[in-house]
Amino acid sequence: MLLIYCPYCQVERAEVEFRCGGEAHIARPSDPEKTTDEDWVEFLYMRANTKGVIAERWRHIHGCGRFFNALRDTVSDNFLTFYKTGEPMPTLETLPQEAGK
Amino acid sequence: MKRYSFLELAKNAFSAHQNWGRQWRSPEPKAEYDVVIVGAGGHGLATAYYLASEHGIRNVAVIEKGWLGGGNTGRNTTIVRSNYLWEESAALYNHAIGLWQNLSQELNYNVMYSARGVLMLAHTVHDVQSAQRHIHANRLAGVQNEWLTPEQAKDYCPPLNIEKNIRYPVMGAALQRVGGTARHDAVAWGYARGADALGVDIIQNCAVTGIRRNQNGSIEGVETAKGYIKAKKVGVVAAGHTSVVMDMAGVRLPLESFPLQALVSEPVKPAFPCVVMSNTIHAYISQSDKGELVIGAGTDQFVSYSQAGGIHITNHTIDAICELFPQFRRMRMLRNWGGIVDTTPDRSPILSKTPVPGLFVNCGWGTGGFKATPGSGHVFAHTIAKDEPHPINAPFTIDRFRTGRLIDEAAAAAVAH
Repeated sequence: MLLIYCPYCQVERAEVEFRCGGEAHIARPSDPEKTTDEDWVEFLYMRANTKGVIAERWRHIHGCGRFFNALRDTVSDNFLTFYKTGEPMPTLETLPQEAGK
Repeated sequence: MKRYSFLELAKNAFSAHQNWGRQWRSPEPKAEYDVVIVGAGGHGLATAYYLASEHGIRNVAVIEKGWLGGGNTGRNTTIVRSNYLWEESAALYNHAIGLWQNLSQELNYNVMYSARGVLMLAHTVHDVQSAQRHIHANRLAGVQNEWLTPEQAKDYCPPLNIEKNIRYPVMGAALQRVGGTARHDAVAWGYARGADALGVDIIQNCAVTGIRRNQNGSIEGVETAKGYIKAKKVGVVAAGHTSVVMDMAGVRLPLESFPLQALVSEPVKPAFPCVVMSNTIHAYISQSDKGELVIGAGTDQFVSYSQAGGIHITNHTIDAICELFPQFRRMRMLRNWGGIVDTTPDRSPILSKTPVPGLFVNCGWGTGGFKATPGSGHVFAHTIAKDEPHPINAPFTIDRFRTGRLIDEAAAAAVAH
């Protein structure tokens, strides 16, 4: 079971308090009328499914109820960092060396 | 290939079974193949076998990162059934059931297919309606499936607790009698031995590190740990790692990989006559011929390649098993493990050509690919050999996510395939 830090509650809690919301930073097409079928497929179904570090959404359903984002290594399942919705995705270079170890 | 028979068994007894010989070769890769299959699991090996046996394409290599049958083929709970809701799925899985019937004879290898029946429990009014809808759909599609009352279910599976005082009492069950189990390793080994005898090279401990395309964009070959191998066609059958392999060819797929867990108990005498599944409280259980209870748990909620799931997931399943089968409460669990399953948004597989000429993909089997092994290999071999899908796998394209013609087994059952 994962230990997850909620950046809103500023507490670390067990995974069962949270719901994973899948890949983060996927924006809904802003103009549906002009969006092609291929772009809808990208938005609705295509996922990076990276073996390595991914950005994903979590929701603290049994806490504050808010969505936030996290970087996690999908091989070790270790989190690198947590950040609030709306904040830009941290780049790996800006993280401390020991993150995710 | 040395045919296995009673006579061979008797003959080898005289030499204390020391001279059976290898079941397949360990060849070095050739410079060029007509078809390269990436992944030597059950589906990949079955594909190679049917390419050689049905389509006469024998210049085939199956390239495997680890050892053959060492991924999800060796990690699943070995359940075979075909009672899916939609016609497309029913046709695909029933095609596999047809091949399972005679597989041991065809491969001259005992895959221990045991049609002991799969009982799917209903615990709520919604479950009952949904199960009966499945039964009616199955009967129209020519798939065997029948409804049992709780008492009939108890008759069929005596350990089942049908008391009304449990949290989720059994309100009935759907029974597919042709469903059952098979020996997962033997399926991989049987196909490997059969394919090898027909000239297929199975190259183990050789990871594919790249897929080379020519200027027109079509397939030229694969880079591997043992060097570059030219190939006219490449079939990717890499289960949980499909996204990683297809990324080498620049193809994105609607897949997410999750850990799925299973566990076995200490071995006991025969106590459990069939397979029991419950989607609602999430439990799968059967007893192997060795005597272990084989129990399937659920997937974790997040993408991972760790081959280890959360302990709360297995706990949840054990709670359900203990309530349904109180006699197992004091049994000890021996081992548990995880496999990485590739799931699609509609929980149906993809058996398809890709935008890259010469590149084919067989993936997205999610949590239930084992049951389809023979059928999947059979129709995928047809797709590769003829460059067009078999009528059975024609609906299972990548393009269905663009056209909207999903085969939505996800909505039909919500979990467990």
